[in-house]
Amino acid sequence: MKNRAKLLAYPYIVWMAIFIVIPLLLVFFYSITSGNIYEPSSLSFTLEHYSKFFDMLYLNVIWKSFRLAIISTVLCLVLGYPVAYIISKSKQKHRSLLLLFFLLPIWMNFLLRTYAWMAILSPNGFLNKALEFFGLPPIEIMPGQTAVVLGMIYNFLPFMVLPIYTVLSKIDKNVLEAAADLGANSFITFIKIILPLSVPGIVTGITMVFMPAVSTFVISRLLGGGKELLIGNLIEQQFTIYRDWHFGSALSIILMIMILVSMAIMSKVDNNNNDDEGRTAMW
Amino acid sequence: MKKVIIVVFTIVTAIMFMMLSGCGKDKVVLNVYNWAEYIDKSLITKFEKETGIKVNYELYETNEHMMAKLEAGGTNYDLIFPSDYLIEEMIKKDMLQKIDFDNIPNFKYIDDRFKNLDYDPNNEYTVPYFWGTLGILYNTEMVKEPVTSWDILWDEKYAGKILMLDSMRDTIGVALKRLGYSVNSTDPKEIEEAKKSLIEQKKLVNGYYVDEIVDMMINGDAALALDWSGPAMDIYWQGVEYIKYAVPEEGSNLWFDCMVIPKTSRNKKEAEMFINFLLDPENAYQNSEFVGYTSPNKVALEMMKAENPEVFDMPAYMPSEEILSRCEVFKDLGSAKELYNQAWMEITAQ
Amino acid sequence: MVGRTIKRIYIGIIFLFLYAPILVLIIYSFNESKSRGHWGGFTLKWYGELFRDPDIIKALYYTFIVALLSSLISTVIGTFAAIGIHNMGLFGKKIVLNINYLPVLNPDIVTGVALMTLFVSVNMRLGFLTMLISHVMFNIPYVILSVLPKLRQMNRHMAEAALDLGATPFYAMRKVVIPEIMPGVVTGALMAFTLSVDDFVISFFNTGSGVTNLSIVIYSMARRGIKPSINALSTIMLLTVAVLLLVINKRTAKGDELIP
Repeated sequence: MKNRAKLLAYPYIVWMAIFIVIPLLLVFFYSITSGNIYEPSSLSFTLEHYSKFFDMLYLNVIWKSFRLAIISTVLCLVLGYPVAYIISKSKQKHRSLLLLFFLLPIWMNFLLRTYAWMAILSPNGFLNKALEFFGLPPIEIMPGQTAVVLGMIYNFLPFMVLPIYTVLSKIDKNVLEAAADLGANSFITFIKIILPLSVPGIVTGITMVFMPAVSTFVISRLLGGGKELLIGNLIEQQFTIYRDWHFGSALSIILMIMILVSMAIMSKVDNNNNDDEGRTAMW
Repeated sequence: MKKVIIVVFTIVTAIMFMMLSGCGKDKVVLNVYNWAEYIDKSLITKFEKETGIKVNYELYETNEHMMAKLEAGGTNYDLIFPSDYLIEEMIKKDMLQKIDFDNIPNFKYIDDRFKNLDYDPNNEYTVPYFWGTLGILYNTEMVKEPVTSWDILWDEKYAGKILMLDSMRDTIGVALKRLGYSVNSTDPKEIEEAKKSLIEQKKLVNGYYVDEIVDMMINGDAALALDWSGPAMDIYWQGVEYIKYAVPEEGSNLWFDCMVIPKTSRNKKEAEMFINFLLDPENAYQNSEFVGYTSPNKVALEMMKAENPEVFDMPAYMPSEEILSRCEVFKDLGSAKELYNQAWMEITAQ
Repeated sequence: MVGRTIKRIYIGIIFLFLYAPILVLIIYSFNESKSRGHWGGFTLKWYGELFRDPDIIKALYYTFIVALLSSLISTVIGTFAAIGIHNMGLFGKKIVLNINYLPVLNPDIVTGVALMTLFVSVNMRLGFLTMLISHVMFNIPYVILSVLPKLRQMNRHMAEAALDLGATPFYAMRKVVIPEIMPGVVTGALMAFTLSVDDFVISFFNTGSGVTNLSIVIYSMARRGIKPSINALSTIMLLTVAVLLLVINKRTAKGDELIP
């Protein structure tokens, strides 16, 4: 049975080879060559696209992307953890409803949500109109880095809350009761028991927010007015404007490596995190 | 649960069936690739009804986006609307098909001064679509001084209320013109100077946009914008009187957009039919009215004169000979493109 | 006591933050005036315009067809692949799983660009097929992600017992394995569907020939200013999603499986 069942995986393995492995190899190939792909004779191997990256201009872009992503992730964590905690502590009957309404926005289209912020934050948008109504001066957030961070938090907050909630809700009530019996107040219970147990959820949450935040180009394009170029925008532009597939590919590989490294670091932090469990834990 | 699955499965199979049967009909589909808001959509419907040809209408943001998509491959557009310098490049790279003008009798309505221009000297590949200038849109309620120089876009008074175009040639071209150079400069020193001035300007700029500009100007989000002449007319047609257009004294860019048929097209005849359709005076007039830009179609122009004579005094619609004399047409930059690309990346990524 | 109020207020603020933008859009969708500043009166005309806009209708059509097809295809392939992988040797399993998770770990721009490179290098025309393939490609890992744990939880001896009792492997699979892992399969399918409907970046790079989806259409419209018909669309989407989620929630109220 086992041997026969194994065969079921083979079609998919072929599929993976074609649609996962080969594309990435192609990208890697583009990144280390120069010349016209349609004229193989003009191709030559080179690392110039990688060395080009080590220019202050591009390093600043990566730094900006990481900086904004880290700020958004931290804010999501700070804002989201209490939400997860409160929901997990609420009565059973309230929980699914609360969770449902919390998740509702992410089921709406991602672009619609970003677009909604455009309506609020633009100079004559809702926010400023409301401030005007109260006699307060208008704020000029959009376009700009603050607007981009806001957009990121708005879009990714539920992805931080969900894994943390899942882990929190699975904490054995008996453990908490035992702690109380042993004389711990709620503060100590939180610090010593709940927080450490929720680390796998935190790690998953951080991963699920940081990764899309650092690689986005939509949020920075719509809320940044074309002035806040992040690494995602840079990559996109290589393919859509500058027609430099080589440099674009090199940037993609660099981004990919940076993210994989960040995630490897994260999973070292969380020893208990079994890759599969961690991610299924969110649903 | 099982029933649900069966129902869903049946629906999906039915849909797939419908789709596949649609494929079998072999209806001719014309793939048109154009700028946003650059055609009156009802004309497309009219064409579809008259000829039975289905039109797939896709949009691109700038010339550069269009070129990148075309060069990437995997497309088979039948009709595109590139600007002058890109047409030059496409002809050099042998990307266009020669147009069979026997299939376009309405070509006779095009004013002669738009034929045989530099980018297509023997007029074999192009049919003019619209033309115009590059200038400054300004809100007269927020800008109380006369707008005569590009310098106003660098004026600190309007910090945060200036919009620039997210279009490499146009924005860099303006910076070059302001410094007294040609918009087609290939001199690295001049390009470097232009780049530096744009980087300096960046802190005063609200953002780099294309399609967003009209809406933002009308909403009062900005006081000044670098934009093409069409949007200025668009704003005028919307009834907004206090936003005006000016072409600065240092000079600007005069551009022509034409219809071309790329080599990847498999429906040349149908594309030519569509071109002919658009050149029909009635259609050209309707299109011009909707889009706002000036038509190269003689008869359409006369119809406009009869209906709305006042626009002929507006620099956005009909620039005077004097204005035209200080405008340059973009040329293909050849290998100097790299310098512009690099400069633009530095300006936007700072 | 105080604690509870603080908790309520905090949750309230967060929910306000989450819903404010959407509510603003909903309000504007009924605004007669296009301008964001003034209230011009109540109207339903933008809803009418929404349904008459061929671009939006076409986008909705493609979005749902692709989501439906890709979630179905990826669920089938993914489920069988998961069963196969589950029965693989340790070394092989590890390699396969690591490669499988690449689309999940990779930022979608890298995945999108990589796929586009593949299609272009074999001169394949970008259109419906490429978009569908792309969606299936990034959906399958999530299906496997959902099914595999269920396979692990399943009592491995059950299938063996069925075989011992005379069932053919196929019968055993149908009657024993699949029902056990069904919750995982359903979750996987739902995830695939959601991801597909929501996708922008990967579709953006891998479509053409007039095939578009909701996200792409909104992206190009959003840059031309706030269009009231998009506001109307937001309202409709919110209502649809709310109703769907409430229905699903009611149905799993006993099992509490879909929303943990």
